[in-house]
Amino acid sequence: MAELLIKNGIVFDPINGVKGEKMDICIKDGKVVESVSSEARVIDASGCIVMPGGVDAHTHVAGGKVNAGRLLRPEDGRKGLEPRTGVCRACSGYSVPNTFATGYRYAKMGYTFLMEPAMPPLKARHMHEELMDTPIVDKAGMPLLDNNWMTLQYAKSGDVEKLAAYIAWMINATKGYGVKIVNPGGTEAWGWRKNCGLEDPVPYFDVTPAEIIKALAEANERLSLPHSIHLHANRLGQPGNYETTLKTYDLVKGTKPSRKRQVMHATHVQFHSYGGTNWGNFESKADEIAKYVDQHEHVTIDLGAVMLGDTTTMTADGPMEYNLYLLTGRKWTNCDVELETGSGITPFLYSGKVAVNTIQWAIGMELALLVKDPWKVVLTTDHPNGGPFITYPILISLLMSRKRREEVMKEVHSVINERALLPTIERELDWYEVAVMTRGTPAKILGLHEHGKGHLGVGADADVAIYEISPEETDAGKIQKALLNAKYTIKGGEVVVKDGEVVAVPEGRTFYVDVRYEDEAVWKEMLSDLEKMFKEYYTVSLANYPVQDDYVPKPYVIKAGAAE
Amino acid sequence: MPTVTDVVCPLCGCLCDDIRVEVEGNAVKKVRGACAVGRAKILGHGRLKSPLLREGDELKECSYEEAIKRAAEILAAARRPLLYGWSCTVCETHKVGILLAEVLGGVIDNTASVCHGPTVQAVQGVGLPTCTLGEVKNRADLVIFWGANPVEAHGNHMRRYSYLTKGWFRPEGKKDRKLVVVDVRESRTARMADIFIRVEPNKDYLVLAALRAIVNGFADVVPESVGGVPKERLVELAEMMKTAQFGIIFFGMGLTQSRYKHNNIEQAISLVRDLYAFTKFAIMPMRGHYNVTGFNQVCTWQTGFPFAVDLARGYAWYNPGETAANDVLSRKECDAALIVASDPAAHFPAECVKHLAKIPLVVIDPYPSPTTEIADVVIPSAVCGVEAEGTAYRMDKVPLRLRKLVETEFLTDEEILERLLDEVLKIKGLQ
Ligand SMILES: [Zn+2]
Repeated sequence: MAELLIKNGIVFDPINGVKGEKMDICIKDGKVVESVSSEARVIDASGCIVMPGGVDAHTHVAGGKVNAGRLLRPEDGRKGLEPRTGVCRACSGYSVPNTFATGYRYAKMGYTFLMEPAMPPLKARHMHEELMDTPIVDKAGMPLLDNNWMTLQYAKSGDVEKLAAYIAWMINATKGYGVKIVNPGGTEAWGWRKNCGLEDPVPYFDVTPAEIIKALAEANERLSLPHSIHLHANRLGQPGNYETTLKTYDLVKGTKPSRKRQVMHATHVQFHSYGGTNWGNFESKADEIAKYVDQHEHVTIDLGAVMLGDTTTMTADGPMEYNLYLLTGRKWTNCDVELETGSGITPFLYSGKVAVNTIQWAIGMELALLVKDPWKVVLTTDHPNGGPFITYPILISLLMSRKRREEVMKEVHSVINERALLPTIERELDWYEVAVMTRGTPAKILGLHEHGKGHLGVGADADVAIYEISPEETDAGKIQKALLNAKYTIKGGEVVVKDGEVVAVPEGRTFYVDVRYEDEAVWKEMLSDLEKMFKEYYTVSLANYPVQDDYVPKPYVIKAGAAE
Repeated sequence: MPTVTDVVCPLCGCLCDDIRVEVEGNAVKKVRGACAVGRAKILGHGRLKSPLLREGDELKECSYEEAIKRAAEILAAARRPLLYGWSCTVCETHKVGILLAEVLGGVIDNTASVCHGPTVQAVQGVGLPTCTLGEVKNRADLVIFWGANPVEAHGNHMRRYSYLTKGWFRPEGKKDRKLVVVDVRESRTARMADIFIRVEPNKDYLVLAALRAIVNGFADVVPESVGGVPKERLVELAEMMKTAQFGIIFFGMGLTQSRYKHNNIEQAISLVRDLYAFTKFAIMPMRGHYNVTGFNQVCTWQTGFPFAVDLARGYAWYNPGETAANDVLSRKECDAALIVASDPAAHFPAECVKHLAKIPLVVIDPYPSPTTEIADVVIPSAVCGVEAEGTAYRMDKVPLRLRKLVETEFLTDEEILERLLDEVLKIKGLQ
């Protein structure tokens, strides 16, 4: 394969401690290498910022729920129409782009790895079909494993071993990456149109969300998975939920990590940082959350920042989406998935004229700016829930420019001066911190840095983003422009974006974890429980359930547990 | 005799996956567990034997190469080709078909546009509170079939998924459930029902609206009889719905294709939304062909839109009423057509079929049909789920992989499409 030499760029490679140094990056056979021959194609990156390819640790881009969102919103589809080119397929959509647009647009922003965070196991095949059709980027998906009847039963009996065996089976069967938890217990309760707080017993299963979370964290570490549990906590979006959030973090304080990483990744924390008791006195508690995160090593977060504008909300948290629909009266889709999980979808407009939305908008940024250690924070909008991924450049420019923040704060609801913290924050992120939150941290949290992602050390995947902007530049508009359309994006050693245009569309790989659970006696007992579930309660047979190899034509397999 | 177990049945939207098939000497000998129609399909029947090319009034046998080359010439020369069908083939075929439509700048549409297209349009208006079939099996204590007759159209539906099956919270099966059927005639399904409500033809919309009024506390505005149904029966049904623990409405073409079409479905979905004020409810279309759902899924993630997609502008333009198969046919706009795994000549309005017969027509299908009769090129293909594997989506959007049970000489739909695409690209100088 061709050699590449990226010359004279200002490199930000946080995992390797590179903080804006002028240096060359050598690439051969899709990897970063020490040196290249004189035959290497030279890319002149002088005057440019060079970073590893971006890693999105939480973005809803593929699967049944995302597709239901597309189907629900032809009006969103029309927003992003782009004709077929000699290189690219036809594109559509803004908050719910088609799979092709997802791959191209991420690549244009310099992103090369995506984590789909909410795969209903029964529909795993669907997610993989869409990932296959998402070009350029590498990707993975996490199965939802928290409301499964097997999980509820093992969590109730406190049987962490069988739970670990079950998780291993499910991750293998779905060709998944890690353990996703969404409103534990609450989604099962939604099967009866109910919901669950952290300490409420799940109807008929007599186990609490707190017990489910603890058991899953223990089982996750028992298997030594590359990623920790990935948690969408209970009470998402409710005024006053920050107390539940902090209690939830405390649940796993004592859980021993099996790897050098957190034991809980708390996702889209903006939606979980709310004070007040109702929509009228709703306020930011980002400071409380940030304080906790800075004081504890066991938890990491991603933002789930809100960007003002219209979007499509979608989560496995069925009751939450129903409540949102009640607020707006707009259209609403729900799909409960037997024995496992659920999902809800409704369009939403975050308006700067609305007090609550304005505070939400502030909180996402407050979290990024108040947590002192950027190695604990991943930049996300929980695409498309807080806003479409295409708004990342806007979010980053706001975090980097206090001036720009102040301009926008003048335009939004004045409540921002009373019940949000953003006006009091002076901090501006620099390019190094941006690289940490979009490359280093997500790769480390997911355990991908050991597999060539998120850095540019020798042996890393040659996934590189080159932005045409000076590290001294502070103008928000220029920052946005540079980040939206990379000068170059290189994926696996191939130039895929040049001057903001997609020039090549290689297929990306799907990463999944091959995890083995070694205690045969426990494994057999778990299997007999599982067989009963399939025989009596599932509507598909056990033999037809696991995702066949056909759905992962370009796999990258990470071994874990006894398979490691 | 070697038995293949857990076979997925390639007949209807139920995709029953517990079928046992005995295979001997590369032939299916026995099929167990399927409904009669499913069994007949897996056992096999009257196939097209060879590719065919029209010469005057006759279709003459030819090679695959000749047929595909002629098909490519027809499509590449067309200014506004229509690519239609897709509901009895696997998703892998759909993907090639959509790419071909993009390359040709054609209109691509599937059979949903004449069955559950109105459902899709209704969902785009109001959304869809639904679930997978196992939720019904395990939780439902009230099962309603509206304008649907599963006893005849979805043979195993009640046994596997809905009324007759046992579930976690319904261990006694049908004893733990109530069955309500709403239809314009007393179907075989209706005869099983605890309550059968006969609606006058084309009055479903009124009945649904009346039910909504009652559920929302406005029974006083409902007249004594609506669509032929006495008010007290509607009040009784509304009460059953509100007090059920988990209710489900399954609806069929009796609702989608009768007067007011997508408005009926919007009412039915809105009724379910209203019921959320009281209890848990869901609603699900009874999709017919085994992978009609799959095409809508693939088309949505690939183009952004579920069916009736016009790619003439290079990007996807979706506007049923303008861009569906019958729209471009009735306007006599399309000048060539590719029909895959479907039989529009038997189901489309006469004027559309007339136009279809007039223009160059390519058909890919395992079986002869009224559509192959009027075709210019006929390309026989392997039967998915028997001779070819691939993905299909059940009516509740659960994807399953169809199996290959026996070897075949026939090319698969996917292979034919791939070759056709290659030829088209060559003609257009894109390869
Ligand atoms: Zn999310």
